[in-house]
Amino acid sequence: MDIDLIFKIAGIGILTSILHTVLQKSGKEEYAYLTTLVGIVIVLGIVVNLVSQLFTDVKVLFRLY
Amino acid sequence: MEIFQIIGLGIVATIIIVILKQTRPEFAVLVSIVTGVIIFTLILPHLAYIIDTISSLSSRVNVDFSYFGTLIKIIGMAYIVEFASQVSRDAGQESIAMKIELGGKVLIMVLAIPILLALLDLIIKILP
Repeated sequence: MDIDLIFKIAGIGILTSILHTVLQKSGKEEYAYLTTLVGIVIVLGIVVNLVSQLFTDVKVLFRLY
Repeated sequence: MEIFQIIGLGIVATIIIVILKQTRPEFAVLVSIVTGVIIFTLILPHLAYIIDTISSLSSRVNVDFSYFGTLIKIIGMAYIVEFASQVSRDAGQESIAMKIELGGKVLIMVLAIPILLALLDLIIKILP
């Protein structure tokens, strides 16, 4: 489990929000929402893996089979 | 020391979440989930050490081991339910948090019933 995962996700978040505002200002509304969606899906993929790892750890640790 | 790592991580994550909250609130929730998971993974080995020590103690005192297993299950379930309900409470979904806690309480109650029955049998046996 690496600490820099938080910074990776924060980076993606900031990048997505900047892309969103840039695209919005340049008049391409739909692309803005598309990039935000893609950013969220990427980060969600990472988070889902992490949470499933957490659940397996808890299951093994607390013998919750 | 682990504790400084955890504290540093928490503060950095809080700052990042504040930054992200204005522009993209959904990422703030995701960062808080990831921070929770990372902090738990940091303390995992210590928790395992504590549980092993207690279980070896309880088996040495030949207390009935199955109750200890249920106790550990209940503690684990309580932790996970707390984790999930706090995450949804952070995101502002109070009602979902309550639902998660309700489900957790019911399932913990189901686990605790055998212990209650055993206790009652014990008491009945003691009474003249």
